[in-house]
Amino acid sequence: MIKRYYFLIAFSVFLALVMALMPLPISAEPFRPDWVLLVLMYWSLAVPHRVNIGWAWVAGLLMDLAIGAPLGVNSLTYSICIYITVSNFQKIRNFSIWQQAMLVGLFLTLYHLLLFWLNHFLLDVYFSPHYLWPALTGMLCWPWIFLLLRKYRRQFRIR
Amino acid sequence: MNLLFGRTVSLQLRLTVAVMLSIILIVGDRFTQGGNMIRTSLHTAVSPLLYLASMPYEAFNSGAKSLQTREQLSEENNALRRKQLLQSEQLQQLQFLQKENQKLRALLNASAREKNTRQIAQVLSVHSNPYSHQVVINRGTIDGVTESQPVIDEMGLVGQLTQVGTTTSRVLLMTDITHATPVRILRNDVRTVVEGIGKINKLKLSHVPHSLDVRIGDVLVTSGLGGTFPEGYPVAVVTELNRDEGLPFAQVYAEPIAQLDRVRLLLILGRTSQENLDND
Repeated sequence: MIKRYYFLIAFSVFLALVMALMPLPISAEPFRPDWVLLVLMYWSLAVPHRVNIGWAWVAGLLMDLAIGAPLGVNSLTYSICIYITVSNFQKIRNFSIWQQAMLVGLFLTLYHLLLFWLNHFLLDVYFSPHYLWPALTGMLCWPWIFLLLRKYRRQFRIR
Repeated sequence: MNLLFGRTVSLQLRLTVAVMLSIILIVGDRFTQGGNMIRTSLHTAVSPLLYLASMPYEAFNSGAKSLQTREQLSEENNALRRKQLLQSEQLQQLQFLQKENQKLRALLNASAREKNTRQIAQVLSVHSNPYSHQVVINRGTIDGVTESQPVIDEMGLVGQLTQVGTTTSRVLLMTDITHATPVRILRNDVRTVVEGIGKINKLKLSHVPHSLDVRIGDVLVTSGLGGTFPEGYPVAVVTELNRDEGLPFAQVYAEPIAQLDRVRLLLILGRTSQENLDND
């Protein structure tokens, strides 16, 4: 029984990975939301005893490999973000969906700043404000992801 | 479900372990050379994901192609035929010139020019790290490619291979901030280095003294120094020149000749081997 849950959660993370890799029109590229992190955040709030830092680390490593980032960059940033959501899941669960979206936007901003900082250290890139666009689009996507995944979770009774 | 009094490892410990592991990975990946085997197998593991992600785009593309009209196709066909005719004329000359060059080099006792094996690769359209310039291609160790092989397109140099997996590999574009290409100016053979500055249509010539003879419009070709890129492939055209005496070096910028933002078919140049050359 337990294995079924893990398979279903892994499937949603896998879909998010594919979405994160899919090519977009050049003009839409800077606005791509961080699908994997959003999906992980949902699961870490909904079933924190199943999905937490281990999942985040592995998903981050896969993401690093898939997009060709220096290995470990996304694992580190995902782990920190998921740590924050898991350790506060009882508070965050009680917020309304829009308040949650605001908080998620804040976490995503932290994620992008951390990611930029690591890349600045590793690859000498310089900051430009458009690196933060995905935080905004991710924030706007959160309610829909939340509702969709809640439906998915209830449908398959993942607890 | 027991969330209040967890019997498992505490979150703080988990985070510490994750952070430590990540830092080891980052340092190991970025600052050491070894572990090629591990890297290849890791990249092989995500290859199916890359193929899967590029599938919708490829399907859309082939759908669009099959909807082209007869006129469009025959027009394209005619244009290509004309181009091929012109190029085959140049090719006839090339063979003659190559022979002549070989003879002259033999007379001068100079070493023979190296020749390359070539391999065509297609770019998989997948999203890549926004902080670096790279593309994924559908060739890997199965096809016999190895790390740091040079990659060109029909116009000029594109970059070099990094992170080779079994069926996919990554091409680091020469505009990436970590990439530098040894070049010389075609007009006067002065050698210099161009490096990427993280902009897809701009390269910078590094450490150019004010007295260097460089002009706007100069073509830069690979110099063959450094051993990664074979000699003589076009790299960039000088577009911007600022000889401000107040600065220690002249600021010279160039534009890549290859169309790096719309690469589709690429050519991987192999190491010299006379046997393969005869098969080409």
